[in-house]
Amino acid sequence: MGTSLIAWPAGESGYLIDVPEADPALVAQGLRNIAGRRRIQLIDVVPGLSTVLVVLGEPMPDKLFRVLLAEIEQEPVEAAADTGTITLDVRYDGPDLKEVASLTGLSVRQIVEIHTGTDFHAALSGFAPGFVYLTGVPEQLRVPRRPEPRSAVRGGSVALADQFTAVYPRKSPGGWRLIGSTTARLWDEKADPPAVIRPGTTVRFRPVA
Amino acid sequence: MFHVLHPGLFTTIQDDGRPGHAHLGVPSSGALDRFSFRLANRLVGNPVGAAVLETTMRGPRLRWEGTAPVTVAVTGAPAPVLVDGRPAAFDAAVRVGPGQTLEIGAVTAGLRSYIAFSGGLRVDVVLGSRSTDVLSGLGPPVLTEGSGLPVGSPGEVPPVDFVAPPGILRDPVLDVTAGPRADWFTEAALVTLVRTLWKVSPTSNRVGLRLEGSPLERARPGELPSEGMATGSLQVPGNGLPVLFLNDHPVTGGYPVIGVVTRRSLDRAAQAAPGTGLRFRVFGPRASR
Repeated sequence: MGTSLIAWPAGESGYLIDVPEADPALVAQGLRNIAGRRRIQLIDVVPGLSTVLVVLGEPMPDKLFRVLLAEIEQEPVEAAADTGTITLDVRYDGPDLKEVASLTGLSVRQIVEIHTGTDFHAALSGFAPGFVYLTGVPEQLRVPRRPEPRSAVRGGSVALADQFTAVYPRKSPGGWRLIGSTTARLWDEKADPPAVIRPGTTVRFRPVA
Repeated sequence: MFHVLHPGLFTTIQDDGRPGHAHLGVPSSGALDRFSFRLANRLVGNPVGAAVLETTMRGPRLRWEGTAPVTVAVTGAPAPVLVDGRPAAFDAAVRVGPGQTLEIGAVTAGLRSYIAFSGGLRVDVVLGSRSTDVLSGLGPPVLTEGSGLPVGSPGEVPPVDFVAPPGILRDPVLDVTAGPRADWFTEAALVTLVRTLWKVSPTSNRVGLRLEGSPLERARPGELPSEGMATGSLQVPGNGLPVLFLNDHPVTGGYPVIGVVTRRSLDRAAQAAPGTGLRFRVFGPRASR
């Protein structure tokens, strides 16, 4: 799993681990596994695009944390341990589909083909509960955010922005380009875990009429 | 059940929050001044994490509609406590009888008072917590006039509790550990951070304290790839003025964090009203390889 994890202090009992090579979601899973075995209390383990933020239950000296880091690098982690692959049915009828076509020079059909033919990787959460940034958007499908965000985007909207694609889990404001919608319920406060897509999940989209 | 006659300026229900869900995009939320929150619960014989009201500047006016008296305690930012218009004690257990009105007035120092009720507030639990999260809208809504506040069955209320409230400091000093991205700033920026008397902007809320002062100079320009943000982070956006992330802060962000305010100092930050002067004392930096 790479050889270059560097940890920076992030508060009295936290560390931010730079993960330049490996998948942060796997490093996060490795850390949870080790902490579980060694009864180290973890409050939060938050994958970023190339980092993992670890908030511990109590301060841990640098030396001990370095030992933990070395262990993570040796820890074999089952790929996508508890997150797996999910396929979402999408109706490609988004209000920005034509705009995305003109920005990319692709036809609507090509956009759908590329978007449904790619395995996306859930990298990190942010912006709203259950909102997960999916990476792996091919170069030719990358479009900038809208200059003016919408004040309301429907829950289930499938969107593109820069190197990411995502599904808005609930109604919210939003500045991404909307290309379609899914009826899949991705966020449920009463479920455990409440989010269907979590960092580490592989996401595929399937077109429906 | 308490009936809300007047909600106060901005009153929310808070408990220990919902830490552990940050990787799913859920802020930890929870009472900002943790010491005062726990103290209020101790005074009424609750478990320390029971749900309470957190006020802002001015508290609510409530009518108790239960059939037996309820014990309440108000802590945190000092404010007048009135039961049916008569002054009652602050930082102490107070009995409110059936039909009586409890009113918490404007704070005389600090920003947030905590009102605990014996039995705790029993609104619905969302992801393990009854806290209102103002960033993502999870948990109960902000208090509104005419709403009801269900209260649980009281435990055993202690007859006496010795109380050592921390008090509210004018121009408090907050402890900060340097990093994780202190190396994105110049040496001069770290000096500026500790030498400036930062002023809390009126646009501050439970998400964060916006600070006015001297911009912190960057050694490296641009944004970082989005990364997790710890509570207490001093995130520095493009204008160079730090934002101190409180409990409802976004879980990830793309601006560098020069330092993180310690848990104990966050209690002080919670009481820093707009216009308050803040100073920082920085420890570190250190890195592990």
